Amino acid sequence: MAGGLAIETRGLSKHFGQQAAVDRVDLAVPHGTVFGFLGPNGSGKTTTIRMLLGLAAPSAGTVNLLGQEMPDKLHDVLPRVGALVEGPAFYPFLSGAANLHRLDSASPHTVPATRKARVQQALERVGLEHAAGKRVHAYSLGMKQRLGIANALLSPRDLLVLDEPTNGLDPQGTREVRNLVRSLAHQGTTVFVSSHLLAEVDQMCTHAAVMSVGKLVAQGPLAELRQAGSMRLRLVTPDAGAARQVLAGLGLVPGPGQSEPRAQPDGETVVAVLHTGTRRPSVLPEDVVAHLVQAGVRVRGFAVERESLEDRFVALTGEGFDVAQ
Amino acid sequence: MPQAAQTARAAGAPRSSGLSLLGSELKVLFGRRRTWALLLALAAIPVLIAVAVKVSSAVPPGRGPAFLDRITQNGLFVAFTAMLVSVPLFMPLAVGVVAGDTIAGEASLGTLRYLLVAPAGRVRLLLVKYAGALAFCIVAPLTVGLAGAAIGAALFPVGPVTLLSGGVVQPAEAALRIVLIAAYLAVSLAGLSAIGLFLSTLTVVPVGAMAATVVVSVVTEVADQLPQLDWLHPWLFSHYWLGFGDLLRQPVAWDSFASNALLQAGYMAVFGALAYGRFVTKDILS
Ligand SMILES: Nc1ncnc2c1ncn2[C@@H]1O[C@H](COP(=O)(O)OP(=O)(O)O)[C@@H](O)[C@H]1O
Ligand SMILES: [Mg+2]
Repeated sequence: MAGGLAIETRGLSKHFGQQAAVDRVDLAVPHGTVFGFLGPNGSGKTTTIRMLLGLAAPSAGTVNLLGQEMPDKLHDVLPRVGALVEGPAFYPFLSGAANLHRLDSASPHTVPATRKARVQQALERVGLEHAAGKRVHAYSLGMKQRLGIANALLSPRDLLVLDEPTNGLDPQGTREVRNLVRSLAHQGTTVFVSSHLLAEVDQMCTHAAVMSVGKLVAQGPLAELRQAGSMRLRLVTPDAGAARQVLAGLGLVPGPGQSEPRAQPDGETVVAVLHTGTRRPSVLPEDVVAHLVQAGVRVRGFAVERESLEDRFVALTGEGFDVAQ
Repeated sequence: MPQAAQTARAAGAPRSSGLSLLGSELKVLFGRRRTWALLLALAAIPVLIAVAVKVSSAVPPGRGPAFLDRITQNGLFVAFTAMLVSVPLFMPLAVGVVAGDTIAGEASLGTLRYLLVAPAGRVRLLLVKYAGALAFCIVAPLTVGLAGAAIGAALFPVGPVTLLSGGVVQPAEAALRIVLIAAYLAVSLAGLSAIGLFLSTLTVVPVGAMAATVVVSVVTEVADQLPQLDWLHPWLFSHYWLGFGDLLRQPVAWDSFASNALLQAGYMAVFGALAYGRFVTKDILS
């Protein structure tokens, strides 16, 4: 395996007219990881996945899947890859089981003799065995989503690419998907799962990459991404002015949201950024307290806050509901 | 690192022959209600003709489509009449629906991406889709012919059939000629199917590809009627569509069958190549 990577892209780009939907993305997904591909709607996740799977040709850049170049080695690679791309899609006039039969027989690499058993197994795995004979037309969105995951599990896979697998699922279904992903990862399958929901990636992934407007803005083990966030201290004091002077003297920048609108009766809240990124803090929190006390600043409250992954995500991808254009 | 899929393959498990997809395609095509509706509509043509002839007193000779005046004497002529009547419009309509749906239908459902990720292989999928359309081209005229023979036999006497060349053949031989004409029509529709397949690779809206295919067929047939374009006529895929009368001679004249087959093969090659060129490089974004 090339460098132990299940997915490796170099300079991967896709242009739609003037727009760069995916812009020079260098993904590195190690084997055996549960890799979250995080980004707001329209940030280029699905487009990237289409290029990974050979559905769309890159405008520039290369894709290496399981150690082999795509799309040249598509027929060697894809039988080892299960995928859910941009939501499930099925023949509405066929039953769930018939749909899986159809898609399984599409590959010349599957074994017809075991097809029936594999379809049955996949349906059981996603809890659809009772709806197997029902037309997909009558399925709810959540059931279709499950059937889509079942399709990805029809054969033993080395890599699963799941594009927003929990879309349309209820909390129970979301939990089941999470457990399913964990159990698959436990068996050695690399899982590449895209999501626009941070909490989801946070709960199920070991690694993550963050997309923003077509660009890859961060990637690595989740723990490292968390570490990369800034550390802030929050101080409640009646002597805000003096406190600010002390902090400035220590070279600390005032953090965002420093003067809270609801002014507390017993003092003002002062927020300062202790450090950002992976740099060591220039001054330790306990030393800050010592300096404050020395300067006669009365302290009512003092807290050290690490930026949450959520803050980090927002910092990387921008705030609000703006869908990237 | 356990490589499950690799191990499974190393075990030397028997692999599918690759024909599974064709089987599945035929099953889906002929299992769907729409296909049945098309075939039922085609089967309704001979039924309509037979009933109309039955309830009306007598058809004056020489009026209406060829063979119509002979139905009352011999029910088998219902089949010949119905096949003749359905060639200009109904057959191309039905074939346009099926051929136009081939790729665009999968694209609009979104199943195209899952077939390709399976991986079905783009060339293989295209071939299987075309094979499915050809299967329909075989079944459709056969449906008209057999429904015609059945309703004809039910409503009218059946006896020896006088051919265009004047000879007489027994009903069994006449039934064989019906099948032969169905085969002729199947070949006739192969070129149009290839055009439909190509048009189907251009869009994700199946109705668009269907309508375009039917329009192409109608325009071609009109062009085939214009004397100003007679230099073009031998190249039009519909040129030999009505030439199956040669199969109703004794002995059978195979000339138009051969010319037709050659022409259709040309259309298959050209539009097959166009469909291939379009489909293997196409971005699947639906
Ligand atoms: N077929 C297409 N034609 C033009 N633009 C497209 C097409 N598909 C996607 N895009 C654009 O590419 C960008 C990325 O889309 P997508 O990859 O679907 O994002 P995500 O999956 O992260 O929500 C969006 O701005 C979208 O408008
Ligand atoms: Mg998407």
